[in-house]
Amino acid sequence: MAREKSSKGNAQALFHSLRSAYAATPVNLKIIDLYVGFAVFTALIQVVYMASVGSFPFNSFLSGVLSCVGTAVLAVCLRIQVNKENKEFKDLPPERAFADFVLCNLVLHLVIMNFLG
Amino acid sequence: MAPPEASSAAFPNRYASNALRHAFGDVLSYFILLLIGVLAFSIRIFSVIKYESVIHEFDPYFNYRVTKFLTKQGIYEFWNWFDDRTWYPLGRVIGGTVYPGLTLTAGTIWWLLNSLNIPLSVETVCVFTAPIFSALASWATYLLTKEVKGAGAGLTSAFLLAMVPSYISRSVAGSYDNEAVAIFALIFTFGLYIKTLNTGSLFYATLNALAYFYMVCSWGGYTFIINLIPMHVLLCVVTGRYSSRLYIAYAPLVVLGTLLAASVPVVGFNAVMTSEHFASFLVFIIIHVVAFVYYIKGILSPKMFKVAVTLVVSVGLAVCCAMIAVLIALVASSPTKGWSGRSLSLLDPTYASKYIPIIASVSEHQPPTWPSYFMDINVLAFLVPAGIIACFLPLSDASSFAVLYIATSAYFSGVMVRLMLVLAPAACITSGIALSEAFDVFTRSIKFQLPGVLSNAEVDVGETSSAVVEAQNVAGKTDKPEETSKDRPSRKKKKERVHEEKPSTKAKAEKKRLLALPLAASVISLLLLVFLGAFYVRHCVWAAAEVYSAPSVVLSYRSHGRLHIFDDFREAYAWLRHNTDVNDKVASWWDYGYQTTAMANRTVIVDNNTWNNTHIATVGTAMSSPERAAWEIFHSLDVKYVFVIFGGLIGYPSDDINKFLWMVRIGGGLFPHIKEADYLRDGSYRIDSKATPTMLNCLMYKLSYYRFVETDGKAFDKVRQTEIGKKYFKLTHFEEVFTTHHWMVRIYKLKPPKNRIRGKTKKSKPVQFSLFCSKNNSDVHLQVDFNLLMLWQKTSSRNSSRSGAQKKNPWH
Repeated sequence: MAREKSSKGNAQALFHSLRSAYAATPVNLKIIDLYVGFAVFTALIQVVYMASVGSFPFNSFLSGVLSCVGTAVLAVCLRIQVNKENKEFKDLPPERAFADFVLCNLVLHLVIMNFLG
Repeated sequence: MAPPEASSAAFPNRYASNALRHAFGDVLSYFILLLIGVLAFSIRIFSVIKYESVIHEFDPYFNYRVTKFLTKQGIYEFWNWFDDRTWYPLGRVIGGTVYPGLTLTAGTIWWLLNSLNIPLSVETVCVFTAPIFSALASWATYLLTKEVKGAGAGLTSAFLLAMVPSYISRSVAGSYDNEAVAIFALIFTFGLYIKTLNTGSLFYATLNALAYFYMVCSWGGYTFIINLIPMHVLLCVVTGRYSSRLYIAYAPLVVLGTLLAASVPVVGFNAVMTSEHFASFLVFIIIHVVAFVYYIKGILSPKMFKVAVTLVVSVGLAVCCAMIAVLIALVASSPTKGWSGRSLSLLDPTYASKYIPIIASVSEHQPPTWPSYFMDINVLAFLVPAGIIACFLPLSDASSFAVLYIATSAYFSGVMVRLMLVLAPAACITSGIALSEAFDVFTRSIKFQLPGVLSNAEVDVGETSSAVVEAQNVAGKTDKPEETSKDRPSRKKKKERVHEEKPSTKAKAEKKRLLALPLAASVISLLLLVFLGAFYVRHCVWAAAEVYSAPSVVLSYRSHGRLHIFDDFREAYAWLRHNTDVNDKVASWWDYGYQTTAMANRTVIVDNNTWNNTHIATVGTAMSSPERAAWEIFHSLDVKYVFVIFGGLIGYPSDDINKFLWMVRIGGGLFPHIKEADYLRDGSYRIDSKATPTMLNCLMYKLSYYRFVETDGKAFDKVRQTEIGKKYFKLTHFEEVFTTHHWMVRIYKLKPPKNRIRGKTKKSKPVQFSLFCSKNNSDVHLQVDFNLLMLWQKTSSRNSSRSGAQKKNPWH
């Protein structure tokens, strides 16, 4: 009983500390996180749709899901590079990081368009 | 006042001289790289000088034919090409089953040159593609090793790769095969991966994905990359070297790489469905979990983090187990657990010999012998362990990758001789590191002891003590003299930087005594390193010139000071090209399919692609059956001409009689009436007087040895070193149309079926035929008694005929 209560209390304390720590992150990082969440959510919707309707044509499904996952991954990479707390990237100007992000997205979507069928 | 001025005056001088040294070092490195490229190109053109600019072997002829088609018809026709001149009557979808990288590369080069009004023929471009790309591959090795250890090691390993015999064997001028460009793509992909890992730049991650795409286009060995990189990521995660650069290096590669791999028609959906790619997805999930854990750890306090961990572990473990169980059930339900036959034979070396005789029959798929290691990578074989140790001092992400690469490629090269090629770059990288480090130690010792050059040249003790250990391990290693003088400026440049940091570490270093090697020992060791390099170079040049430059289309051997050239293959293909109709079908063993379609321009039944085992088994059965049955099989396939390769007159060991055992095994694997035991006497295949009757009557024997006794009267087979068993016989269903000058290729035509058959029965049983033969020892009676046989058949009942020695032949 005591352990359950303590674990519940623990979970609540954990939740609160997570929330407060996340609230302290800068706004631009939160925007990127929102974008990542949106991309993942879109991917999930596509998977659910595929599960209900069927996977033909498979290449379209693959390209759709992988484009969402791809933009999510690239946005995470951007977040890593732009985050001021990362010691490894402190002499990387954020403009360069964004330019790389755009370039990688261009290549990704070029391939997606080719594969969409 | 004076000292600050002096120091301020001295500072820009030192800075300027430093910059000058840097620039000098850079220019020298690029010049050396250019020379290495020229070296890589020129060592591979021995075959063009000794023979001619001709395409070698078998597979390159197919690639050459595809490239000709591409240059003539254009890219859209190439993607949609259905080839009806092979695998008759099945045909082959070329666009979807060929790795297009090589042909597209050569086609692009040809198109570029022709648009610049340099009219090189397609054949010339194809022949010289491999040497050009080997120069590029050595530059890619420089890139890779520079990221692992530094520019000196990069130059050394680039030089080693330019000359390593294993790579030369698959990339001489004329060897127009996938590996010619694939090895360049492999090293370049790895190089860019390590560069991304070191810099954490998304730009290089994109380039890495594009280089991986080029690799997927070029060779089926791309699965090595997509399994090695996840393995390395997992290794880094497990050894606690996770960093955000690792995430940037890996995650975009997986997503982009999978998409790009799926865009190549040959791979298609295999990129997400076969087990060869599952490792990458698994590690993709793992790295996201790890990244998330590190992120949470960063924003929470330690106590809270512990709470989070317990919570997640308890909940997540149950979910994980459920998912893994589902995944395992899915994969286990497929018979090969989702792996392709070739990959399975890599993991379990005995798999192919048990289940897929075609894969087992290719000589390249056999395990290598020990001498082949010393032949193919020579000196590097014992430099590699030193390089592995050097990678650990100090261990970085990149050097752990080098160690993993050499370990896995060493294992795979032990499974298949063909994969020695993948071992070669790894061996060059690690040996280059070893040589460079040894060189570093010796030159540093020499420099330390040269009086008056630099005072207080204190080196970090850790480095020197390890260097001493290494020097003891590396006894007797050498490097080229040019390399000595040319590498010295870049060494000097590195040492200058080391000395700049001296003031800060001086106090620390003064406490520890440094151990430098004696001057004489260093000088002698340097000389020995030079000698080692000289031995390596000599071996590589000899291997390139004598061993690996032979175009197997043209054979040569020296006797009594004269050089004999055997050009029988091309003679036979030219005869076919000029003396048969364009639509005639030609049958032979699958080894010669590509050459026949490319040089003779005739439709073949089976070729080197070996994608249809049943079709090959059909041809194998036909070659192993008696004449009548073989004629029936070939007639049903619309075959007009059959040819065999026969080396008995000149002693050419790779002829069809020596390959016969595979015909029997592959044919017998599908058609049970072909039993290997029928052809064996005391467990071996024999063609002399002790051979079994089935062997003496099979089509391969007859086509090879027809009229052979006319050559020397005794019918002595120089390959099998014995006189043949059946010397005088006539062919009933085939007629000889052409035999080349040295009897190497023998072409036969199928006789048209008889218009009338005497007697009432139209079909004749081959069972009776051979039974009849075995009763008579002399085959002269064969032709005459054919009609008697018809008579005999009519009177005998069906049941008694079936009680013959063999089972019912499915061709009737």
